Amino acid sequence: MPKLTVDDLKSIKAQNADRLAFKDKTYLLICGGTGCHATGSLKVKDALLKELAAKQLQDKVAVVETGCNGFCAMGPLMVVHPGDVFYQKISLEDIPHIVQDHLIDGKIVDKLLYKDPGTKKHIPVQTEIPFFAHQMPRALRNKGLIDPESIDDYITRDGYLGTAHALLEMTPEQIVGEMLKSGLRGRGGAGFPTGVKWDFARKSAGEIKYVLCNADEGDPGAFMDRSILEADPHSVLEGMIIAAKAIDARKGYIYARTEYPLAITRLQIAITQAKERGLLGDDILGSGFDFDIEIYQGAGAFVCGEETALMRSIEGRRGMPRPRPPFPAHKGLWEKPTILNNVETLCNVPQIMLHGGDWYASVGTATSKGTKVFAMSGDVNNIGLVEVPMGTPLRTLIYDIGGGIPKKRKFKGVQLGGPSGGCIPEHLLDTPVDYEEIAKVGAIMGSGGVIVMDENTCMVDMARFFMEFIQEESCGKCTPCREGTRRLLQLLEKISQGRGEACDIEIMEELSHTIRETALCGLGQTGPNPVLSTLRYFREEFEAHIYEKRCPAKRCVDLLRFEIDPELCTKCGLCFKACPVEAVAWQKKEVARIEKDKCIKCLTCYDKCKFGAIM
Amino acid sequence: MRTLGHPEHADIDAAMWSQIDEIIRIHRPISGAIITVLRECQNVVGYLPVPLLDYIGQEMNLPRSEVYGVASFYALFSMTPKGRHTIKICLGTACYVKGIKEVLSRIENKYHVRDGGTTEDRRFSVQGVRCLGACGLAPVVVINQDTHGDVTSDKIINIVEQYE
Repeated sequence: MPKLTVDDLKSIKAQNADRLAFKDKTYLLICGGTGCHATGSLKVKDALLKELAAKQLQDKVAVVETGCNGFCAMGPLMVVHPGDVFYQKISLEDIPHIVQDHLIDGKIVDKLLYKDPGTKKHIPVQTEIPFFAHQMPRALRNKGLIDPESIDDYITRDGYLGTAHALLEMTPEQIVGEMLKSGLRGRGGAGFPTGVKWDFARKSAGEIKYVLCNADEGDPGAFMDRSILEADPHSVLEGMIIAAKAIDARKGYIYARTEYPLAITRLQIAITQAKERGLLGDDILGSGFDFDIEIYQGAGAFVCGEETALMRSIEGRRGMPRPRPPFPAHKGLWEKPTILNNVETLCNVPQIMLHGGDWYASVGTATSKGTKVFAMSGDVNNIGLVEVPMGTPLRTLIYDIGGGIPKKRKFKGVQLGGPSGGCIPEHLLDTPVDYEEIAKVGAIMGSGGVIVMDENTCMVDMARFFMEFIQEESCGKCTPCREGTRRLLQLLEKISQGRGEACDIEIMEELSHTIRETALCGLGQTGPNPVLSTLRYFREEFEAHIYEKRCPAKRCVDLLRFEIDPELCTKCGLCFKACPVEAVAWQKKEVARIEKDKCIKCLTCYDKCKFGAIM
Repeated sequence: MRTLGHPEHADIDAAMWSQIDEIIRIHRPISGAIITVLRECQNVVGYLPVPLLDYIGQEMNLPRSEVYGVASFYALFSMTPKGRHTIKICLGTACYVKGIKEVLSRIENKYHVRDGGTTEDRRFSVQGVRCLGACGLAPVVVINQDTHGDVTSDKIINIVEQYE
């Protein structure tokens, strides 16, 4: 295949412009992200193709499998263009209706539309659904729109024009200058200014330098990187090429989580296509600049998201962090100057080259520029990926975009920033998302996981959950993290089992501060955050566990009696039917009874009972 | 230079050995390739028995301690045999908030197996795993290659029972 030039890019764009504007025919854009694959979108796609062929519509209607659309909880989902009609939770039985009603008769299929939980009205147009309406897609600009396995689709959406501009018309100084102007900060969590990092590495002496992409998205509850890699892999490659030109590197690695097979497959396809078209390899776009990218699969270690640990892992060793300095910009992978950027950071780079740093910095707050992608999940109505300008209040995220808390339950807290982050309570929901503001209230921006928790969540249990995670993922190299987190976990377990003592809170606080100040890497230093932030805002729950031996949210099984309150029991038998081990005795018109020797304390009955009768 | 032939092992047959040798041959010249070699060998055999680790170390010209160190560090690698079906239970935060703990305890009780273990008949291996990034479907259980979303403790056994 001949190598592309800038003119080729422009002519591909012109040829495909009608197609991506959906002018030439009807397009059915089926979400092909991990979430929708799991709910059966591939079967829906096959059935659609068959039905279209049966009705001889295959020339007028095209089916495109896109990357992750972002509204993951509604899968399998599909958007019909022109019209931008959003269909959700499509089953195989719905296919003939879609084809007959929508495509032939021109009538929208109401029952597959999004229904507003408040007004109960159907909203047909995707961009009018509140989940999408409040968003500003920049990093996610191509999601749900292009076929991630088609480089032509990507090129048509201005793909590789940012690279062309950077390689052919800009000096490394100018590239770094635009990055500094953009104010883009590392989206992986730490928020270090990307331009500054590049500038260090650019000035660092050395023949061999490396550009690394951190796709080891380890924070539980964060899936924006997976989604970007699945929906728009070329944007990440482009970001790396531009970074390489800025620091004068010839080789790049993408360190990808092995848990993300679909993302790895699509990345590999993108790399192969880019190589065939001369967008990777020697003399990219005729600029004389050479750069190559390889995928390196991780093997399941959270600590490898830390930069020095990640580099050790690529070197084939145990992924343990080392003290800095020397910083990777001076001595990184194989002791050579290296920069490491997160997926979301890199995918913003091509647009910054194309539209300028000032354009990027035109939204956001004083210290946090641009947009940020959040992965919203947990006890919230609209689960999925959300991209908003920096400075958007958390309340907008959770209520306007997220649609609030399901099952008429009350909001309790929102966990931001993964295991190293913190829980934010209701009265701080107007905090804007901004690196500094979030840190002030005791959490971190982190990679952007937003986990909403309702009143049934026990904060002691959440702190224990995160501490268990940190403890298991501690690499064991430094004592504060290895021993300190273990001790914190023991204390939390003790409290949740009802053996807590008055002094435990104080010990946990002191220990947390010690770990924070003395641990070697970011994982250890931020490890106690979940404990500190829950203690800060939900102290009374810890006290209830310790002094009253009571779990207010009824989650800590050792503090529950597993007895049925005869006054609240409506004798409905739901607990009897739900119990997996037949530990509930019940007959019609009788109060149920739990046989304690059989009960495994699985909480199934508790969740099923609508009347709160289980104590 | 080969000092030992293939060590005897009940779970590795001749065809597997030739695949293993091919993996090693391709990756031997690449520095830092040990993690890739271990992953691919595990895909062939199903797990990494210690004699295999020794063999890989010798063929890759790496000390046994280093190979064992890498294999024991990363969660992906297992040195014990796996069941016919692997049940991966996502222990990410979103799944936790939505009740994965109850799902896990349901499986553990039904099949008398602990997280990380394998049933006696080698039918199932149960593995609590890190966030699978399918939080929109939480709670999530992955059996072999199939992702099951929105599982609950009362639904899970019916799902698991489909895998003989």
